Amino acid sequence: MKLKPTREGWIEGLLEAAGRDDRIVLLDADVSRSIGGERFADRFPARHFNVGVSEQEMISEAAGLALAGFVPFVQSYAVFCAGRAWEQIRTSVCHMGLGVKIGGAHAGLSAGPDGATHQALEDVAVMRVLPRMTVLVPADSNQTRAAAITAAETEGPFYVRFGRNPVPEICPEGCRVVPGGADVLREGSDVLLAAAGAMVGICLDAASMLQASGISAAVVNAYSIKPLAADLLVELASRCGCAVTAMDHQEAGGLFGAVSELMALRCPVPVEPVGVPDSFGESGSPEELFARFGLTAEGVASAAVRAVSRASR
Amino acid sequence: MEIPDLPDLAARIRLDVLEMIHAAGSGHPGGSLSAVEILVHLFFREMRAGAGRDRFILSKGHAAPALYAVMAARGMLPRGELSSLRRLGSRLQGHPDMHRLPGLDSSTGSLGQGFAAAVGLARGLRLSGSSARVYCLLGDGELQEGAVWEAAAGAAHAVLGNIVAIVDCNGVQLDGPVDSIKRQKPASERWHAWGWHAIELDGHSFESLEEAFREARSVSMPVALCARTVKGRGVSFMEGSCAWHGRCPDASELERARAEIGAGP
Repeated sequence: MKLKPTREGWIEGLLEAAGRDDRIVLLDADVSRSIGGERFADRFPARHFNVGVSEQEMISEAAGLALAGFVPFVQSYAVFCAGRAWEQIRTSVCHMGLGVKIGGAHAGLSAGPDGATHQALEDVAVMRVLPRMTVLVPADSNQTRAAAITAAETEGPFYVRFGRNPVPEICPEGCRVVPGGADVLREGSDVLLAAAGAMVGICLDAASMLQASGISAAVVNAYSIKPLAADLLVELASRCGCAVTAMDHQEAGGLFGAVSELMALRCPVPVEPVGVPDSFGESGSPEELFARFGLTAEGVASAAVRAVSRASR
Repeated sequence: MEIPDLPDLAARIRLDVLEMIHAAGSGHPGGSLSAVEILVHLFFREMRAGAGRDRFILSKGHAAPALYAVMAARGMLPRGELSSLRRLGSRLQGHPDMHRLPGLDSSTGSLGQGFAAAVGLARGLRLSGSSARVYCLLGDGELQEGAVWEAAAGAAHAVLGNIVAIVDCNGVQLDGPVDSIKRQKPASERWHAWGWHAIELDGHSFESLEEAFREARSVSMPVALCARTVKGRGVSFMEGSCAWHGRCPDASELERARAEIGAGP
């Protein structure tokens, strides 16, 4: 199985888009070497600005560059852009409706050994409540590359979440990402497993385990958290009668929040979360941390059994 | 454009500001009145209009009434619309909204953000080869936002010679005197230390403003104009008072202010 960090897809997509569109500029906040911004700086030196350890300035300046007609990409660790500069994103980017494209790097538990300060487990929640914002959580490097290109070619603000550690290839090279899209990776009739990011591959493993115990699970790569692929998710949840969501993020406000809100309105079936339950992370390898929070195939399968049991009551 | 007598115009703007806030039932008179001459100078004497026009960002967005009144005087919106300030559906939002009101170069209101966006705008205009200049008006209380100094360092590092920050140093913020809450002095030395060309001036004197902006155009680095002003300028009972940072004058207070300002119709 091919393993590759999603951050590599991000910078590859950004380079490809910037080669076609000279309005694209990149702002970094002193973590360009760990995200890959130095590759952009090498190819497009006049269009790269490293503002130093100043994430609030980075977002506001990006808004100003958008006002001047550019298509600014910004990137930092997800905690520091989505978190620290949240109000700049809210007011200077989203309220003004400016096309600033935000890369949230080292997101979720992928920041592993750096510990709780560097593990963004809330970024999707705080981004998806912002009007006009599109939130994408691609599953692998190929899809992250496509997400960067879609962000570059689509009007308006984008938040793209990606990680540091290598993850298995899920999507084919040259795949496309559409806001509001989702990929059905496996058909099933008893439970819907909706996953994003590194949990997509784990849900595929869980579906195989569930099949062995007689439960037919559908697996959807719900990479577009906002807008959700609402019709598709409702159709599958309605057919299955229950759902599980899986993302390395706080349960509240993340994929669980998004899917639960949708189901409450359109298809009130049981929904079980696999995520981080209202707590902070800690140091450890990503694999250890995923295990610690039950973000494993076994954890997903248990959640699926609970969901099926609730649905049949 | 025929340039009116500027002090007369400033008096009319002051009255417009107070009438707008009175009609709205809320707003920020103190920091609007302190910025009147600066805004009049910018819109009537300094900024170039038309193709490649200069840009203006009101980072102290709560001075929106003064900006709207100056824009109306400049013919950028109908004067009769001023009384719609802060009303549901109005183009004149409590803090400036560029999507509602054409002519605004940015929405603002959250302190510190407008200035940092102005730095990005200046960076972008330079990158695109434009000769347009960016003017940004801040409050002195606003300087307590750390994000201001992030962006100030960024502009200095990039040697942006196309941005002028004007600080309305009226010395009073919402809770009281700036000096008693968190001092921002020495004003020009701080900007100088951050790598800006800094000029101190009298922000109510058109001669002083003319001289300072002329000097600003002559240097090729970011320029900060530290304009000494008086909060609530022109209305004795509002001057220097934090109580009038965000208080609406009632009918009798408006009448007293009108008599003091003495503007024509």
